[in-house]
Amino acid sequence: MKPAPFRYVAAESLGQALSAKAAGGDEARFLAGGQSLVPAMNFRLARPAMLIDLNPLFELDYVRAAGQGGLSIGALTRHRTLERSPLVAEHAPLVAEAVRHVAHPQIRNRGTLGGNLAHADPASELPAVMLALGARFRVRSARGERWIEAAGFFRGPLATALGPEEMLAEIALPGLPPRSGTCFVEVARRRGDYALLGVAAVVTLGDDGTCTAAGLALCNAGATPVRATRSAAMLVGRRAGEREIAAAAAAVAGEIDPPGNVHATAAFRRHLAGVLTRRALATAAARAGAGARAR
Amino acid sequence: MSGERVLIATTVNGVPHQRAVEPRMLLADFLRHELGLTGTHVGCEHGVCGACTILLDELPVRACLLFAPQANGRAIETVEGLARGPGQLHPLQEAFRDAHGLQCGYCTPGILMTMKAFLAENPSPTEAEVREALSGNLCRCTGYQHIVDAVMLAAKRGAPG
Amino acid sequence: MSTRQFGEPVKRNEDARLLAGRAQFIDDVSLPGLLHAAFVRSPHAHARLGSIDVAPALAHEGVVAVYTAADLGDYWRPGPVVVPPPPVEGAVFNERTQGPLVKDKARHVGEPVAMVVAASRYIAEDAAADVAVEWAPLPVAAELAAAAAPGAPRVHDDLPDNVAARVRQTKGDYAAAAKRAHRVIKRRFAYDHGCAQPMETRGVVAHWDAGSERLTVWDTTQAPIAIRNGLAAMLGLSERQVRVIAPCIGGGFGPKIMLFYPDEVLMPWAAMQLGRPVKWIEDRAEHFVATTHERGQIHEAEIAIDADGKILGVKDVFLHDTGAYDPYGLTVPINSQCTLLGPYVVPNYDSAFTAVFTNTPIVTPYRGAGRQHGVFVIERLLDLAARELGIDRAEIRRRNFIPPEAFPYDNELVYQDFTRLSYDSGDYAPMLARALEMIGYERFVREEQPRLRAAGEHVGIGVVCYVEGTGIGPYEGAKVQVQTNGRASVLTGIGTQGQGHYTSFAQIVADQVGVGVGDVEVITGDTAEFQWGAGTFASRGAVVAGNAVSQAAVAVRGKILRTAAEHFECAEADLVLADGRVAIAGVPGRSIALGELAVLANPMRGAVAAGTEPGLEATSYFGPESGATSAGVHAMIVAIDPETMIPEIRKYVVVHDCGVMINPLIVAGQVHGGVAQGIGNSFYEQLVFDRDGQLLNATLADYLLPTALDVPRMTLAHTVTPSPLNPLGIKGVGEAGAIPVGPLFAQALEDALGLTARGVELLEIPLSPSRLWELARADS
Repeated sequence: MKPAPFRYVAAESLGQALSAKAAGGDEARFLAGGQSLVPAMNFRLARPAMLIDLNPLFELDYVRAAGQGGLSIGALTRHRTLERSPLVAEHAPLVAEAVRHVAHPQIRNRGTLGGNLAHADPASELPAVMLALGARFRVRSARGERWIEAAGFFRGPLATALGPEEMLAEIALPGLPPRSGTCFVEVARRRGDYALLGVAAVVTLGDDGTCTAAGLALCNAGATPVRATRSAAMLVGRRAGEREIAAAAAAVAGEIDPPGNVHATAAFRRHLAGVLTRRALATAAARAGAGARAR
Repeated sequence: MSGERVLIATTVNGVPHQRAVEPRMLLADFLRHELGLTGTHVGCEHGVCGACTILLDELPVRACLLFAPQANGRAIETVEGLARGPGQLHPLQEAFRDAHGLQCGYCTPGILMTMKAFLAENPSPTEAEVREALSGNLCRCTGYQHIVDAVMLAAKRGAPG
Repeated sequence: MSTRQFGEPVKRNEDARLLAGRAQFIDDVSLPGLLHAAFVRSPHAHARLGSIDVAPALAHEGVVAVYTAADLGDYWRPGPVVVPPPPVEGAVFNERTQGPLVKDKARHVGEPVAMVVAASRYIAEDAAADVAVEWAPLPVAAELAAAAAPGAPRVHDDLPDNVAARVRQTKGDYAAAAKRAHRVIKRRFAYDHGCAQPMETRGVVAHWDAGSERLTVWDTTQAPIAIRNGLAAMLGLSERQVRVIAPCIGGGFGPKIMLFYPDEVLMPWAAMQLGRPVKWIEDRAEHFVATTHERGQIHEAEIAIDADGKILGVKDVFLHDTGAYDPYGLTVPINSQCTLLGPYVVPNYDSAFTAVFTNTPIVTPYRGAGRQHGVFVIERLLDLAARELGIDRAEIRRRNFIPPEAFPYDNELVYQDFTRLSYDSGDYAPMLARALEMIGYERFVREEQPRLRAAGEHVGIGVVCYVEGTGIGPYEGAKVQVQTNGRASVLTGIGTQGQGHYTSFAQIVADQVGVGVGDVEVITGDTAEFQWGAGTFASRGAVVAGNAVSQAAVAVRGKILRTAAEHFECAEADLVLADGRVAIAGVPGRSIALGELAVLANPMRGAVAAGTEPGLEATSYFGPESGATSAGVHAMIVAIDPETMIPEIRKYVVVHDCGVMINPLIVAGQVHGGVAQGIGNSFYEQLVFDRDGQLLNATLADYLLPTALDVPRMTLAHTVTPSPLNPLGIKGVGEAGAIPVGPLFAQALEDALGLTARGVELLEIPLSPSRLWELARADS
């Protein structure tokens, strides 16, 4: 399980990394945390001709407040940082809650948010979280930059909207409105495994306690992370009570197409989607009602 | 068609090394075969078992998921760096011996490095916290109980991380 | 008199080196000029081999050779049958063993077809990827029942079907028993045991020194002496020319005693061909297909009981998946057959199995070695019987225990060691009582469970029993010596993979010879040091080698006392042996250090009496007349979330009897480790093959080994019924923890989920959240 040969370029600057990628195209891959890429290379499932090591680019590792409760997160920010960051805890508790489910501490010490999202494993927790939060991604190349909404970023299993010369550089999270609560829950075979199924929920309540906004995204529920927009919409304008939540949860099954594999059948995943949506919405609503955004 | 060699300078257990390496050489292989530090073991080469865990700038990471060039300019600690001196054992190692925290010993170096970092951050953990911290290291011999006992014993004795 | 070390939780001699990372494992072996091997393996489960073009591989810089079956010439031959079939009347056994490289067709995914030798493993893998192999895929017989059915694709063309063996063993007259039974309960059971997955994979390093004509082989084998003998024969060398060393091994669990793996045959040959040492280290992906599994059986079993729940008889017809070849004979299914009888009186028994070839990797023993499958059947049948008769699950077991006065208990069947299955000693009722007390059985069933259920929790309890035949022959040997530096050494042929022989054997010697445990050096697994013995398997190390060590140590003690008595001109009875010295009791100043005594025992001048042996050294062999029967009771309280089917083990208790214990800390470690593997087997681990014989989960990310969060803290208790079959009274414990966990999970989860009331029965292992959910809603 030794990787195939490759040319190695240690990035000296962002510009140089982007130029190298432009020259190499699809044959060149960025090396960030490596926690997904290197296993694939050791199995020889991935055989890039060139590896551009982004790890020297400390300028891509940051968590900053972005006004109105939003956050700007550099793509090379380690999962470990997200787990411990007071800014993330206060402004994006959904991320902090989900990242604790990502693999194990040794993996989280190296893995990066940008790398995880660019890898786009539909079973991974953070892509679903990004969908639920309405994140926007700043994508850069040697020729310029553009912004992509999370909803348009994930195209298929391990496939994103990134062009062959592009790099995901920054993740922008909008601030949550007041009286919002979030919750991430998953079921996994063992702690740290990919979820059999996971649900990220956001609930915003008005002053009278009715739901003014709701977001639901699921992982391992399809070829990409899935936004259950119709189910979430069922809550808007209603009380976020047990009956209403149960109805929304029951509707999720119709919005997803979960895979069956060695770990679970599609039917069981569909069942879990209902169970976990119910639990996630109830907790998110309770947290919203408790008034605090931080968890 | 091998990749051209890359010159790296790294410090391992406080000792500086300079080598020219093929970039695809895994850090685990670099430590074991290039530097002769065979205490770090290879179990899976896909980042799951944790046997190859070492400290990179004091944080536990999988040496099978790093390429040797990534050690350039960094400080690495392996199990060989734990003992105070020849014939001596680090307090964490002593606790493992006292609590029968190893059988075949293959997963042990990775666990020692993981626990060293863990205890540095959590000097008085509960058993549940120890098990959670241990969950990224697989052991097939012990059933984990004596490993947990060893870590709790080390914590009780005030073993420094 | 020294403090007695035997029986004490002595800290391990081997730990300092292991903890410091200084212990030598196979991949730590380094030699000048070392070359590295990688294999080209069949991607097909069943395919005829066409042409092989190695030229593209040879073109890689750093590649030294590429070998195929044609290059081996006369050296190519099928491996030996390691364990011949048991002497059961009417047994049918079709011997078909693996060759070193595929010659005609591949019979399982991963069968090696070519070997690349290069300057590094990296280069060898590059080149292996470029070897062009033509395969003509054939229909695949991957699944057990399908492979056994008429018309299935044949794994071996010269056989009429896929039958590898048929064995039937009977006791009494089951048919008659069934006729007079109050009830006969019949079910189909499926049990899949998965694979061992030690943390260290396998490896072989071979070095041929042409100058001295000596071959040295390092091998992660549990049987170095058998490897040495076999290699010498294969390579046309004398045994004296071959040295096999089993270095520190990162876990064995059974598959490392399987021999001869293709790599074990090929590395020495390649080293001799090339005149350079060659190393092969198995990577984890290879391990899934290149090292043996244990896998599955399908049982159609029935139990005949009387109105009190007493067993009148059991009948069992089962299929056993042996994989593509059967080099390890019938050890696994024979163990299933015999261990089904358990600690119970089963007066009438009719057990018949068919071992079936399939296009999957070879099946050989893995910790438990088939006992799991048999124990699952009997424990489930008893649970079903208990339910039908309205008897408590513990009570029905108690009613059927072999009573303590009935030992030795003759179970009549032929066991894996080819002797008549006989239980040497045991007392089961107190073990069950102790386990029930430790788990809080009465209180749980009467009070806690109803209370928790009323509060909406789903909790259940399980109690299971088993016996395990351990410590079988043929024999082991040991040489004990007190050296002139006052330290003792123990040499034995048995290998060590983490079970603490360096300490347990030292404890035995320390007591006899009067030195500290730390002053006893134990050397195992090196054929240059000790060259007689069978190996580490079947929970026999402590029993068989331990007793050989003890006998040798006793003999050395005798020599010490004799030599000292001569030296002091006193009676042996006047001597005290302690703390490394021999002294005359009550006379201070009249003592001699053992090292000095050792010098005296090896005179360089003068005459010695006839029959004198030099030094303070003795060699002894021990072979039991049959195996020693250990026993255990496991109990567990488990909670489960019925919506997610994620379990949480709340309490886990083991009461175990392995006779006299050498080191209770080591025994506890063995039980813990076994239970962890049993938990893996019950709920996490399953090898999943598709219809084409492709293994779908050949990574540690997808074949799930339990972690520290999945294995609970266990509480252990021990009872002791010494074995009358060996002087130390020891019984084996290596496999114990792993054996009964499957039926324990089935029983406890049925209870927790209230499945019985819903007409759902758990008759298969492994389970998983997804599978449990499917089964649980079968009633709706």
